[in-house]
Amino acid sequence: MDILRFATAGSVDDGKSTLIGRLLFDSKAVFTDQLESVERTSQLRGDLYTDLALLTDGLRAEREQGITIDVAYRYFATPRRKFIIADTPGHIQYTRNMVTGASTADLAVVLVDARKGLVEQSRRHATIVSLLRVPHIVLAINKMDLVDWSEEVFESIRTEFLEFATRLDFTDVTVIPLSALAGDNVVRRSSNMPWYEGASLLHHLENVYIASDRNLTDVRFPVQYVIRPQNGRGDYRAFAGQVVGGVLKPGDEVVVLPSGLPTRIRAIDTADGEVLEAYPPMSVTIRLDDELDVSRGDMICRQHNQPTVTQDIDAMVCWMDESELRAGQKYAIKHTTRTVRALINEVQYELDINSLHRSQSADSLGLNAIGRVRMRTTQPLLVDAYRRNRNTGGFIIIDEVTNRTVGAGVITDN
Amino acid sequence: MTEFHDAPRYGLSQLDYLESEAIFIIREVAAENEHPAMLFSGGKDSIVMLHLAVKAFAPGPVPFPVVHIDTGHNFAEVLEFRDRRVAELGIRLVVGSVQEAIDSGRIREGVGGSRNRIQTPVLLHTAEVNGFTALMGGARRDEEKSRAKERVFSFRDEFGQWDPKDQRPELWSLFNARINQGESMRVFPISNWTELDVWQYIAREKIEVPSIYYAHVRNVFLRNSMLFAVDRHLQPRSDEPVFTAKVRYRTVGDATLTAAVESEADTPEKVVMEVAGSRVTERGATRGDDRVSEAAMEDRKKEGYF
Ligand SMILES: Nc1nc2c(ncn2[C@@H]2O[C@H](COP(=O)(O)OP(=O)(O)O)[C@@H](O)[C@H]2O)c(=O)[nH]1
Repeated sequence: MDILRFATAGSVDDGKSTLIGRLLFDSKAVFTDQLESVERTSQLRGDLYTDLALLTDGLRAEREQGITIDVAYRYFATPRRKFIIADTPGHIQYTRNMVTGASTADLAVVLVDARKGLVEQSRRHATIVSLLRVPHIVLAINKMDLVDWSEEVFESIRTEFLEFATRLDFTDVTVIPLSALAGDNVVRRSSNMPWYEGASLLHHLENVYIASDRNLTDVRFPVQYVIRPQNGRGDYRAFAGQVVGGVLKPGDEVVVLPSGLPTRIRAIDTADGEVLEAYPPMSVTIRLDDELDVSRGDMICRQHNQPTVTQDIDAMVCWMDESELRAGQKYAIKHTTRTVRALINEVQYELDINSLHRSQSADSLGLNAIGRVRMRTTQPLLVDAYRRNRNTGGFIIIDEVTNRTVGAGVITDN
Repeated sequence: MTEFHDAPRYGLSQLDYLESEAIFIIREVAAENEHPAMLFSGGKDSIVMLHLAVKAFAPGPVPFPVVHIDTGHNFAEVLEFRDRRVAELGIRLVVGSVQEAIDSGRIREGVGGSRNRIQTPVLLHTAEVNGFTALMGGARRDEEKSRAKERVFSFRDEFGQWDPKDQRPELWSLFNARINQGESMRVFPISNWTELDVWQYIAREKIEVPSIYYAHVRNVFLRNSMLFAVDRHLQPRSDEPVFTAKVRYRTVGDATLTAAVESEADTPEKVVMEVAGSRVTERGATRGDDRVSEAAMEDRKKEGYF
């Protein structure tokens, strides 16, 4: 059994909570005490039916206002897979939360209401999914019961979406008509839509192939922690971290960046013994043949396949703080296991994530804005384009005074 | 040599994935925080977390102490286990004693003798006097609704408080562990584990847990339709007849608040089967403290509870 992480996005009332509630309910991830509590609340409010959406709204403010304002994580499993859902809010003022949820997702489910078709928010959600390079996207056309299960309605929304998607960068798009409320095409194929020949949503989630989404070509091992026990194992010295790209094997010739010194992998250790290969996202400990000065923030990779070592970064940045991003400001950047300081040189444009229009006149980015930014760091970073590797291409921006995470960036191809 | 059997080539099984993620998080805490500590109560989640910490730094020692907030109402089996495990690993154990805080007049016992809420000031005090800047805890997001939204690295202000409306965005695995003087971090390495994952991992890794997690015969009585054990800290009222039953514990918190469930599961494998088939959450089944209101946990967490 493996794990699929997926994010869900949709506008308010498109039925996202109902859909998640149904996935949890139908896969028996809802426990009777949770159900009783939801039934009680639903009754007190005078609902006509038990509102499965209540299963997923966690915080009191959300329960009171009836909206989802933060990312919530949900878990369920079928005999095939374990699932981690990042349930993200749809509203434009919560763009940052959607970016957060999408950053770790293997797949995104974007919901639309069949009666309304694609709306501004659907385009924005698709744009974010594409920017964050979530490898698989599902457009779930919900509330099909309210449009008489019409194939035409489905086809016209599907066509419009695929047309919009050509301007974005998707590798795998699946469109599914469903009714979250009634359960059609959620877990089982619906008999109300015989014209639809694809899989149910859950069947798709269970079977979508994700093992090849990770980069197994470019060896990247950011050193996280140096292990050098003082307790009688005097000469043991090894580098702990998580593999974020490629396959490493004992005997491999490698270089350590940024010094560029060549050496060889002597062994790959885990607490359970040595392993013959390590690949993403394994946490391992690497011993090298030579005594090199290696510390946290360095990166082990292959001689002929190295990341770019640079102090000049071009990136699409999603701004996440009330105080604006402007040229001339300084921040801390955390990229892999390396933290450096950076000066913002220029805001090149702001992207209108509804129309994809680039506004060149922008010289700042406000809360929830996304734009292209150029910056210079005090120390080199070891980067790849985000499209090649989500781990060595993504970074966060930290305000050095408040220590808040104020932005997130994905490095563009130069 | 380790091999990964139950996943496609270059894919990780769910347990390997979760283990790798947790080890990454624990190493990140040790690398970025000056004085971290790990909460260790002798409960199954914290046992698994400590096991992961041992793996994260092997063959070196775990580079931080463990902390237990002792309510004074613990199960004897659990305390015995705690002390034995800590001794085996040669780790420093810091105990924050609720009893001591009550005796010294620093805090007062709540009505009905519940010590759940008053754990919080003792925890905050213990962290402060020891200068801990990050505390790792074994909480899981599947346990309870408000936990579902908590970050892996959860920021606490100078008063140890959590502000659920103002959490730092957490992207990829780029955790922001930075704090100013007086502030601290709570870190949850097994956030993404479910109760079933924990038990499957205990079975796979052959991790020892206190005996009361497995089915055993005990003197119990019914209260609020839950089964409570007769304990030195908890006696039945005259209208609560005592009987013997085969039970086990799904959680081992405060003995006065934690109920047992009827069970025949006396091995990790049988517990896995039982948990997979269970229709009630572990907190719903066994925690008197969370039943009070929909928002009970959220309120306690804001105050600094784990
Ligand atoms: N008829 C119909 N109503 C639905 C469907 N899915 C959701 N709804 C209703 O739409 C409303 C909003 O759903 P909810 O899940 O709360 O939306 P969210 O804001 O996206 O989480 C609720 O009244 C649901 O019962 C569906 O497939 N068909």
